[in-house]
Amino acid sequence: MSDGIMTMAYIGASILFILALGGLSNQETARKGNYYGITGMAIALLATIIGIVTENYLLMLACIAIGGGIGFILAKKVEMTQMPELVAILHSLVGLAAVIVGFGTFLDHTTEYTGAELTIHNVEIYLGILIGALTFSGSILAYLKLSAKIGGQPLTLPGRHFLNLILLVAAVYFMFRFAGAENVDDGQLYLIIMTVISLLFGVHMVMAIGGADMPVVVSMLNSYSGWAAAATGFMLSNDLLIVIGALVGSSGAILSYIMCRAMNRKFLSVIAGGFGTTTGGGSSQAQGDAGDVQAIDAESVANLLSAAKKVMIIPGYGMAVAQAQHTVFEMSRILREQGVEVGFGIHPVAGRMPGHMNVLLAEARVPYDIVYEMDEINEDFPKVDVSIVIGANDIVNPAALDDPDSPIAGMPVLEPWLGKTTIVLKRSMASGYAGVDNPLFYKENTRMLFGDAKESLDEVLKNL
Amino acid sequence: MRIGIPKEIREGEKRVATTPEVAELIRKLGYEVAIESKAGLAANYSDEVYKEAGVEIIESTKELWEKSDIIFKVRPPETHPELAIDETELLHKNQVLISFIQPGINPELLKALAAQGGSVLSMDSVPRISRAQKMDALSSMANIAGYRAVVEAAQHFGRFFTGQITAAGKVPPAKVLVIGAGVAGLAAIGAAKSMGAIVRAFDTRPEVKEQVESMDAEFLLLDFDEEDGSGEGGYAKVMSEDFIKKEMELFARQAMEVDIVITTALIPGKPAPELWTEAMVESMKDGSVVVDLAAEMGGNCKLTEKDKVVVKHGVTLIGYTDLASRLAAQASQLYATNLRHLLTDMTPEKDGQLQIDMEDEVIRGCAVIKDGEITWPPPAPRLHAAALVKETKNENIKTTEKPVEEKSGIKQIIMFGIGAVLLLALGSVAPPDFMSHFTVFVLSCFIGYMVIWNVSPSLHTPLMSVTNAISSIIIIGALLQISSPDDLSKYLAAFAILITSINIVGGFAVTQRMLEMFRK
Repeated sequence: MSDGIMTMAYIGASILFILALGGLSNQETARKGNYYGITGMAIALLATIIGIVTENYLLMLACIAIGGGIGFILAKKVEMTQMPELVAILHSLVGLAAVIVGFGTFLDHTTEYTGAELTIHNVEIYLGILIGALTFSGSILAYLKLSAKIGGQPLTLPGRHFLNLILLVAAVYFMFRFAGAENVDDGQLYLIIMTVISLLFGVHMVMAIGGADMPVVVSMLNSYSGWAAAATGFMLSNDLLIVIGALVGSSGAILSYIMCRAMNRKFLSVIAGGFGTTTGGGSSQAQGDAGDVQAIDAESVANLLSAAKKVMIIPGYGMAVAQAQHTVFEMSRILREQGVEVGFGIHPVAGRMPGHMNVLLAEARVPYDIVYEMDEINEDFPKVDVSIVIGANDIVNPAALDDPDSPIAGMPVLEPWLGKTTIVLKRSMASGYAGVDNPLFYKENTRMLFGDAKESLDEVLKNL
Repeated sequence: MRIGIPKEIREGEKRVATTPEVAELIRKLGYEVAIESKAGLAANYSDEVYKEAGVEIIESTKELWEKSDIIFKVRPPETHPELAIDETELLHKNQVLISFIQPGINPELLKALAAQGGSVLSMDSVPRISRAQKMDALSSMANIAGYRAVVEAAQHFGRFFTGQITAAGKVPPAKVLVIGAGVAGLAAIGAAKSMGAIVRAFDTRPEVKEQVESMDAEFLLLDFDEEDGSGEGGYAKVMSEDFIKKEMELFARQAMEVDIVITTALIPGKPAPELWTEAMVESMKDGSVVVDLAAEMGGNCKLTEKDKVVVKHGVTLIGYTDLASRLAAQASQLYATNLRHLLTDMTPEKDGQLQIDMEDEVIRGCAVIKDGEITWPPPAPRLHAAALVKETKNENIKTTEKPVEEKSGIKQIIMFGIGAVLLLALGSVAPPDFMSHFTVFVLSCFIGYMVIWNVSPSLHTPLMSVTNAISSIIIIGALLQISSPDDLSKYLAAFAILITSINIVGGFAVTQRMLEMFRK
């Protein structure tokens, strides 16, 4: 196949990928978008296989078949509540692949470079492996944290910023050594040292980040996997890889930005980690005076709901943990049949990854046109009769708005307390991931329904 | 311990301190409950219903007082008309009386009660803090009074509240003015509004504007530089002369328009302010109604007569002070529930043993006599100070915000500068091949930027899984190496193909699965 045809195929694939991402702008076009993506991938693969691969077809096809099979089974089996874990582990694979391809390219000497070209080529390899290794170890850690195989508490080593700085300086130092290396063996050694540094850096970075910041971490790793692909593209002088890498990289970067904005946190301070360890001493004490909470039982909740005209449901990570989304849907269905206007209010960082709640609700067959974003719904709360907060805490914390000393001050939050009654479903009186006490629980128009979210809601459902 | 509920002896008082439903709940706290025969009759609760709820019926008033450890009452103790004995004297040592006492205006009663050696909790002294809302009997009663005020007004108003267009002609809606938007005022607004009237409300405390508007009523604003009328504990305070002058002008204008006026203005511990003058009554249309909820404290309108309905200048003036008692069943139920909440707080072990914990802010507030000693008034509540501190903090924050913005502007320019220098430096050394790739890279970043901002936030998870799938395009790198003659390169490439394939198929498949779930 001629280079011209292959380039055209790559351009076609690039366009299809852009269309795939563009399709996600709304639910109707999203499915079509996904087909564009699949087609684009197929074209790119076919063009590459036909145009470049000359030997070892069998090995290649076997690998594709086995890998594809594993991927397919994973995709079919995964619970929607485990999406963040799946996405994290898939990111790690991209990172790992980038590392392998980087080393492969380094070992491959079919094209000889000289002078500035050699330096740039070496820097490209170096950066590709660096980002890839970082993505790999970071994603593995994120996976372990998300699936609760290790604790969600941030690990804050003493002098961790200093440690990060040393690792960074070391990485830059070895880059110069590598780029200027006299022979291949020296280069290889520097490359391996750097890979280890980078792996450590990834581990340390994610270890230091608390549970509440997980959405940022997941989207940041998403971004890194893109940059890894782009760096590999430079390394291989392959425009398709560069285009896709840039698309994915900027996508993840924007998601990270949206998540940070939703928590009113600076990206750098999220990365620096350690959030969720301070317990906002002064503020929580001041709130303590507000007195104790008012509990309510399931039967009264059912009565309140039946009597309401407008009900807003605010799900959080707790709903995912309790697997309560189906009960929530059932409840909303019955209420809608009774003529109650039911809506869902979603905070951008609810859950453990961007859009997590939307997916869970979609899985439970909640129609997406009654699921609203925070900005769409916040003004409507004064008209809401009953808001139900299910397993959410920080995203409905009024302290973010009116306590300037609070660790989450300035974070935009849903404002259910402006409505008539708020019902909070909670396991116990523990504070949220940010470790901040929530004055919402003590408000006059708030009632607490204690217990496992699913069991409580089943009970409410029975009484409806 | 046994709780006794005597029959209310004030003439016309129909309320009773416990209803059968509440009595059942109180028994669950471990108490025995006894009630004087026929105590609930006026509120439509017969002795039989009480019996069914497990309440003991006692015929004699004296016996009931003697046998009970705790007495629940509505009205403050007074002279018994039949027994020729004051209820105060029936209180004995170690007994606890829980009732409305109004210690502020009944110092003599307080002394008399203290002399008996028991303890007294005053339901009208419950502090106004969030935690104590469930036992705030004053609010419960005010709510009922506000509602009842509208009902009384409707009774004496010779027209519809709601506007109608009928075959027999057009009926304009009634215009109702509510002065004082406290609990009673808001209840009156709600009731009048739901009957279809046009409702306006006035209050000296600007913060209630929102509450009034949330009930679809119009909040009348004074043309006046802000003066906050909020006093301690959320009640109103006395306003300046200037303010009152403006207020009067506003009322005079309203008097010519409105059909019904409901006044609820009270300042704690002071006679009710005169807000509705004789001149205003005169200027009202004939057949209009004024309901004065402050009649007990002298009235917001001097023409109203306590406990009576009078017609002056063609306007009906209602001065009932027993509005809550006129809705006896409802009032009894709410009052009984308030009492039960207090009792629940005072019985932490649910063992039927009452504990008067003077450390508890709420109990401390109600307890006006403890074991024969007068403990009224309680120390001032702490809440107001905290709110003030917060306000000043907010102001500080606001003033420090601006300089930061300016700095970030300069920062941006510097960042741009550094970026430009770096790009130029790169351009001066990079080979042309690299430059063309770099162009593609930068432009792609911008395309990504434009496209991704359009993605609906609800699809962020599918976005991540699909970007994950397509970032596995890195498989091309592995495909380039699979045909390598070098074994190490070959197997590394094969492994990379394996894992990227997991990613490609897994990513697309899970995206598809998610997208199929989104439905209307």
